[in-house]
Amino acid sequence: MLLAVLSGFILAACAPWLTRLLGDRAGWVLALLPAALFVYFLSWIPLTAGGAAEVVHYSWIPGLDINLSFLVDGLSLLFALLISGIGTFIIIYSGGYLHGHEYLPRFYGIMFAFMAAMLGVVLSNNIISLFVFWELTSITSYLLIGFNHEDKQARWCALQGLFVTVAGGLALLAGLIMLAGAGGSFELSELLNSGDVLRDYPLYTGMLILILFGTFTKSAQVPFHFWLPNAMAAPTPVSAYLHSATMVKAGIYLMARLNPGLGGTDQWLYTLGLFGAVTMFTGSFMALRSTDVKAMLAYSTIMALGTLTMLIGIGTEAAIIAALAFLLAHALYKAALFMLAGGLDHETGTKNILNMGGLRRLMPVSFITACVAALSLAGLPPLFGFIAKELMFEATLHAPAIATVTTVLAVISAIMIMAVAALFALRPYTGKLKETPKQPHEAPPSMLAGPVVLAALSLVFGVAGFLPVQGILHSAVAAVHGSPLEFKLYLWHGVNTPLLLSLLAVVTGLLVFAGWDRVLAVYRRLTFIDRFGPERGYERVMAALVWVAEWQTRVLQNGYMRNYLITILLTAVALAGGTFFIYTGNTVPFGTVDITFYEAVIAALIIAGAIVVSLMQSRLGAVATVGMVGFGVALIYVLFSAPDLAITQIMVETLTVILLVLVLYRLPRFLNLSSTAARIRDALVALLFGGMMTVLILAVLDVEVVAPISDQLVAWSYDEGHGRNIVNVILVDFRALDTLGEIFVVGLAAIGVYAMIRLRAEDKRS
Amino acid sequence: MNPDVALPVLIPFIAGALSLVFYRSLSVQRWIGILGTGALLVASIYLLYMTYTQGIRVMAMGEWAAPFGIVLVADLLGAIMTVLAAILGFAVAVYSLATISRDNIAYGHFPLIHLLLAGVCGAFLTGDIFNLYVWVEVLLVSSFALLILGGERAQMEGAIKYVTLNLLSSILLLVAVGLTYGMTGTLNMADLVGKLAAVENQGLVTVIAMLFLVSFGIKSAAFPLFFWLPASYHTPPVAVSALFAGLLTKVGVYALFRFFTLLFDHDVGYTHEILLWMAGFTMITGVLGAAAQYEIRRILSFHIVSQIGYMIMGLALFTPLALIGGVFYIMHHIIVKANLFLVGGVVYFLRGSYDLKQIGGLWREKPWLGLLFLVPALSLAGVPPLSGFFGKFIIIRAGIEQQSWGIVAVALVVGLLTLYSMIKIWAEAFWKAQPEAHAERAAQFTAALPTRSLVLMLMPISALALLTLFIGIGAQPVYELASAAAEQMQNPQIYVQAVLGDSQ
Repeated sequence: MLLAVLSGFILAACAPWLTRLLGDRAGWVLALLPAALFVYFLSWIPLTAGGAAEVVHYSWIPGLDINLSFLVDGLSLLFALLISGIGTFIIIYSGGYLHGHEYLPRFYGIMFAFMAAMLGVVLSNNIISLFVFWELTSITSYLLIGFNHEDKQARWCALQGLFVTVAGGLALLAGLIMLAGAGGSFELSELLNSGDVLRDYPLYTGMLILILFGTFTKSAQVPFHFWLPNAMAAPTPVSAYLHSATMVKAGIYLMARLNPGLGGTDQWLYTLGLFGAVTMFTGSFMALRSTDVKAMLAYSTIMALGTLTMLIGIGTEAAIIAALAFLLAHALYKAALFMLAGGLDHETGTKNILNMGGLRRLMPVSFITACVAALSLAGLPPLFGFIAKELMFEATLHAPAIATVTTVLAVISAIMIMAVAALFALRPYTGKLKETPKQPHEAPPSMLAGPVVLAALSLVFGVAGFLPVQGILHSAVAAVHGSPLEFKLYLWHGVNTPLLLSLLAVVTGLLVFAGWDRVLAVYRRLTFIDRFGPERGYERVMAALVWVAEWQTRVLQNGYMRNYLITILLTAVALAGGTFFIYTGNTVPFGTVDITFYEAVIAALIIAGAIVVSLMQSRLGAVATVGMVGFGVALIYVLFSAPDLAITQIMVETLTVILLVLVLYRLPRFLNLSSTAARIRDALVALLFGGMMTVLILAVLDVEVVAPISDQLVAWSYDEGHGRNIVNVILVDFRALDTLGEIFVVGLAAIGVYAMIRLRAEDKRS
Repeated sequence: MNPDVALPVLIPFIAGALSLVFYRSLSVQRWIGILGTGALLVASIYLLYMTYTQGIRVMAMGEWAAPFGIVLVADLLGAIMTVLAAILGFAVAVYSLATISRDNIAYGHFPLIHLLLAGVCGAFLTGDIFNLYVWVEVLLVSSFALLILGGERAQMEGAIKYVTLNLLSSILLLVAVGLTYGMTGTLNMADLVGKLAAVENQGLVTVIAMLFLVSFGIKSAAFPLFFWLPASYHTPPVAVSALFAGLLTKVGVYALFRFFTLLFDHDVGYTHEILLWMAGFTMITGVLGAAAQYEIRRILSFHIVSQIGYMIMGLALFTPLALIGGVFYIMHHIIVKANLFLVGGVVYFLRGSYDLKQIGGLWREKPWLGLLFLVPALSLAGVPPLSGFFGKFIIIRAGIEQQSWGIVAVALVVGLLTLYSMIKIWAEAFWKAQPEAHAERAAQFTAALPTRSLVLMLMPISALALLTLFIGIGAQPVYELASAAAEQMQNPQIYVQAVLGDSQ
């Protein structure tokens, strides 16, 4: 199982080389991997019969409870079969569609990585490894959507898809971590058995919102649906794959998967049911508005995703059966239709349905296939899509609490989708032949294999409903429901409400089809859709992001050193001074300090020096006054009997003053550029900081130290360190490493200065 | 005595001194550059191995017993940091061979790199707070010299801000060290554990902790103290930027981890709450700063700031899992961040600019470079299964377990915005076609780049990318290491025991 999931990644790494090696046959040969995977997954079907589940476990990062454990049951197998089965045809199809494209080698690489990631999503038992694969689908689909990357529009669309799905992904991550916390495990197989615990979790609603944010963005539910039609910037094989069996179905998969654990609550019913219904309506409404064949199909995908979400939300037995049947039906016809749309585009050079017509003689196979697949989309007998739609009506009619809304929206959607299906199947092929950018002829076999097989399956499953049921749907329904259900799928259920609703939808839909040109004219007047849709919201957010970023950078990183210094000093005052204030309050923590006469005089000198230096208008005077402060410090050393320190200090001060004077001599005249207000502000900051330091030092002096290490150092100095001067012994023995470090500091400074003087880029250029 | 603790300091010192001896021979300096950093890598890995298998390693300098002399101490955190420093040192030394101009080498590029590494390793390994100050000085002055090497006007401007603000940090550190000594009469970290606890006025200890916080906050470029970093990191040669990006701020972060687990854990409710706020704002302001930039190095520089926030968040949450996350994040970040700068350098040498508006077309021309960019870039953004994801995952999980929703939300959103920035670089430099206006310059640069240089640049980049993949896909051993390091941080007594022995 591990190999099955990861083989796609391995092949992704070699696909570019293989493609070059194999040339024209690459598509057919590379398709062997997904085909083999399909057969492999088929072999698992007997093991999952009757709703049995199997967990295959591989350790990955056990310390973090992240493992490559796989859950094989009807639901994951259904998805795995769709991914590998449709994937096989997509790979073959790509070879024809992108024939001779310079990027075909890397295209296959990314495609296989994407396929493997999808398989990982649907098969993972560990929710974190599920998330890992989930994010990988986002990244790889980004690379696929932006495949024509020198086109600005494609880059923009790719970013949009990525941003929306990753934003949802991050919420999902938080939700999944909460889920694991609530259920006490990271393994789906254990979590799904503790549904009662999960539903009683105090933060259930928050957790649900986070998880649904992830699944809604991924599965393009309103109001996040806008990225999906834009994702058609991808080459058609990618769209066909993303829309039919993969990417957008990942969210549906996760909701179906979590149904036994999280479903059955009011929150679940209303959120999924209503968002799904609205999405279903929006998708079909927008599909009817489109003239681009790919856009039509993309919006009809949104319709399907909404339907699935709604059905999972309703969550009754009928709804779950309907959801899985619909899922299968949709995957089959949508992949076929997209590949046919790609064929039209490929052969005629246009995607606009208004510019096509009369192609039935030139592309007969495409025409027949399109009719079959579109019948399934429209939900007409004897196709499998019909069974799915009947089940869907059945489920909405008996939905708890929201039956009216869902049924009404479902019927309206069905009407519009009926019209769209008729448009897609008839408009390009019937009527008079129209002039197109390319001379059309039938698509090559590589591009017809998929549509023909998939459309045929739609037909076979429709006539022989027991095939998919016994094969996989039965165990898939068991997985979503939590326990096995007995059901059978037939075309004919007798005359009942769903059938009448279907009839209504078909008739009205055909009328809409007949009057489509007038419908389009009405649509054109509805410009508010473009002006106020959620896509505008996305654009606003992105623009605001850049605006805030630029504003913040102007304010914070403003380029003025003085502002930086002030900010840092005030932060220090706020944190240290504030803390001091909080902890000591108004009580003064330090006692009285005995000050001798000499100390007072020296302190006064130093303070006076500091004040004078900040008021001084001449540089020379300022330097001299700074010297006064330094010599004052040296005097303090003398007072406390540290003559060597005092000597050092005096030497340093003298040298500094001399050097500074030498430098100042070469500088331009002193200019006072600060306003008075700025100077007062600076003075306040300085006083605050200085005052805080003084208080801190006084407070620390008051702390009684029991046995400072200096006592021991004094004791050791002569006997062990062999020196009478304790300071010297500390410098060269006790703490010699410090001294060594400081010697290097001086050396480094010398190198720096030398380089600064000798290596000047400006000189070199002139 | 455990000389293995001293080797990571000694080797770069010797290498630096030797380079200075051979100041006139560029080729000898290059050789010392490779051999010296290579030896450092071996020594530091050995040290980590010894620390992992035998517990904390201590060496008393001059055999003056702790707490009276200076001790070098390698606990797992210190040893891990040393290994990371050595990895970067070696990678940058190789990269320097291809990218550093003759002039810069003639004026001390390699000795400065060695001494910078000595300072960094010293800071990671010292067990004495004043000695820490000395190492911070060593690395500050050597980094300042590296920053101005080349003498471009922009370098000078950046370097002045860099050195002034960092000196302020050093002064604060020195003051804080002095005040600590005034309160406790000791400088040895292990000795301080007991003596700080014995101080009667614990409020005052918290005040001193705040001074250390501000000082190390400046060093680690945390909000609102980070100004020096975006002001300077884009100015030196890219090899130097990469080294800085990986190491300098991490010294500050390391010090925060050391001080706020070992010394200042007496008032976690107060100090670590402040750290948490700091972490949140650091993440946000950093990532927004990056979103406003269009120059690769500036984008990356602001992201350093932002990522520091994640590490501090790990420290601030202060649960075992959060500390593990912090250490994990540091390990991931150092490798990834430096590598992004190195890839940025290749982009420059192929296109002649770091400005995203002037470059493009790299995915068409150099797909392998695209992959080498995507690995660290997506890792930085926290995309699984790369290293950054697991770092973020651990920290966020720790946050959720603590129910610190605010900081968790910040961490998640900042992850998204990081992805935004990385995708911006990707879309502009790699996907977009090369803009016509600058096509000639780009073509000249591409043509002028010798294959040998390209190979020398790609070797460290590929090695670091492989490490990133390993830290991600092979996260289990890395996790175990981080977990063992966090275990030591959680139990200061282990550290005290190792340094002071049973006499306590």
